[in-house]
Amino acid sequence: MAGGPEITVKNLDMGYGSFVLMRDLNFTVNRGDIFIIMGGSGCGKSTLLKILIGLKEPLQGKVLYGGTDFWEVDFDERERIMRRFGILYQQGALWSSMTLAENVALPLEQYTDLRPNQIRELVSLKLSLVGLAGFEEFYPSEISGGMRKRAGLARAMALDPDILFFDEPSAGLDPISSRLLDDLILELRNSLGSTIVIVTHELASIFAIANNSLYLDVESRTMTASGDPKKLLAESKDPTVRKFLTRGAE
Amino acid sequence: MNESGLTRSEMGFTSSPDGLLLVRLTGDWKIENPLPSADEVEKKLTAGTRVKRVSFDTSQLKAWDSGLLTFLIKVRELCSENKVQLEAEGLPEGARGLLRLASAVAERKGARKEVKREPFFSMVGASAIGFYRSAIEMVGFIGEATTTFAKLFVGKATFRRVDLFLLLQECGAQALPVVSLISILLGLILGFVGAIQLKMFGAQLFVADVVAIGMVRVMGAIMTGIIMAGRTGAAFAAQLGTMEVNEEIDALKTLGISPMEFLVLPRMIALIIMMPLLCVYSDLLGILGGLIVGVGMLDLGFTEYMIRTQEALTLTTFGVGLFHSAVFGVLVALSGCLRGMQCERSASAVGYAATSAVVTGIVSIIVATAVITFVCQVLGI
Repeated sequence: MAGGPEITVKNLDMGYGSFVLMRDLNFTVNRGDIFIIMGGSGCGKSTLLKILIGLKEPLQGKVLYGGTDFWEVDFDERERIMRRFGILYQQGALWSSMTLAENVALPLEQYTDLRPNQIRELVSLKLSLVGLAGFEEFYPSEISGGMRKRAGLARAMALDPDILFFDEPSAGLDPISSRLLDDLILELRNSLGSTIVIVTHELASIFAIANNSLYLDVESRTMTASGDPKKLLAESKDPTVRKFLTRGAE
Repeated sequence: MNESGLTRSEMGFTSSPDGLLLVRLTGDWKIENPLPSADEVEKKLTAGTRVKRVSFDTSQLKAWDSGLLTFLIKVRELCSENKVQLEAEGLPEGARGLLRLASAVAERKGARKEVKREPFFSMVGASAIGFYRSAIEMVGFIGEATTTFAKLFVGKATFRRVDLFLLLQECGAQALPVVSLISILLGLILGFVGAIQLKMFGAQLFVADVVAIGMVRVMGAIMTGIIMAGRTGAAFAAQLGTMEVNEEIDALKTLGISPMEFLVLPRMIALIIMMPLLCVYSDLLGILGGLIVGVGMLDLGFTEYMIRTQEALTLTTFGVGLFHSAVFGVLVALSGCLRGMQCERSASAVGYAATSAVVTGIVSIIVATAVITFVCQVLGI
């Protein structure tokens, strides 16, 4: 499934002010990968995600999308790259004053010249893909947390993005909903060929869907492992990685 | 190829005598490309020739996205309506997967909201009931606040003293710059307006009376009240509303701590203490504004202006102004806290709570001013 490099990170340092949270990160996410950013709490997984999606600037280093340095290009070019992203935030981040249909329609209205009826059809399609057919006129406050997350995914998919980013997709979901979301992520990757980057520490999800990963170690403040998580579990000699992947059993 | 670099999307049909309708899709079927309509398929299905099956040939199909999927979903619906079998084997594997996914979870029965027009009288009735309920809620909140105050006086109210000091700072010292600016400008305006009229009678000295009585008796208190409603009342509503959204208020309740005591009481105390002090400060700066006009434009002497001001003011006038401000303090705190506690659990509800707190605060200030002025008139104060 994996193609050429989609995202390349080179010598990346990240932090806040003078505090360096992680340094010297180097990794590649290939087209069609389901790539997991994992690590203990407070290691900087979400900060790395923010850097990848353009919400936070790195202290130094490069983030390349198809060879273009994201943080070096001008604003217009950066915005063009960002239009290739779909992002599912931890709590869904739906706009509370809009219905689910309006939430999904907004990116389509903003970035396409589609007619209102075409937008309506696309909105219905996206909502039915995440199992929310018929919920178009509901407000986020009227649906459950799991449904909000799925609606957030429908919005993230609105513009058929090349790269989907997920921040803790399983957080707060029951095991069945979590499994269904994993299946959905796999189906999206298989059907659309999207590249998927996920921040999570849900081991069940990691082993079920990922083919590539990165482990951020909070002690050494850098990445200590990368690759297929199943291989890491079988072959890694690093004690912190093993401890993480076996839930502290080793 | 169009300007987006996409090949024109086209559709063709081949009908077989055995009832097969083969739909040929060619080009780029992407949403940014004008796509053929499913109506053409409908025409074929409803034409005289009996179609039993619909199949697809996508060997010439290039790129595709959700545009193709919306088309396929419509074709699937048409086939279902016309009892025609849909054969998806000819479609790209990804599209087949997404079609399966789109129909994997059936629409929940009764989930779809019916858009119905509410009759006029039903809307009026609903508004009246809503008004009645909110009035009951407001009275209940005022009652609860009064009980909480009673608990404070018998030493049984629980709140953190440090919160009170922070709120005193927030409601007092931090409000000084905006109160200063508005009060001086208000004094200047009163001075100007008074000067224009009084100059016609050669009575410009009485500008000092106009400014002093106007500011000290009511204007200082009203302006401070309005500023605090916009600044602090809205902040109270937003703070408490956000706490409601984050379930912080629920956490207090489950710990057996009364939110009225822990959150509302310190805010009310802070405003009741600070509002009269800000009012006195505002009065002084308003008089300063009038003095600038009197001395700077009307050629009055500084001492002359101050003596006139002193003669115009009485302790009763000062007391009425302070009473106004204390009442306004209670009203602004009550409206801010009430709207914050009533807040629903969404970002837009927090915004609504803040707006509603300001509107309720200002309206109640004006109504209270009218009542106090009327009572003072009746009592001859």
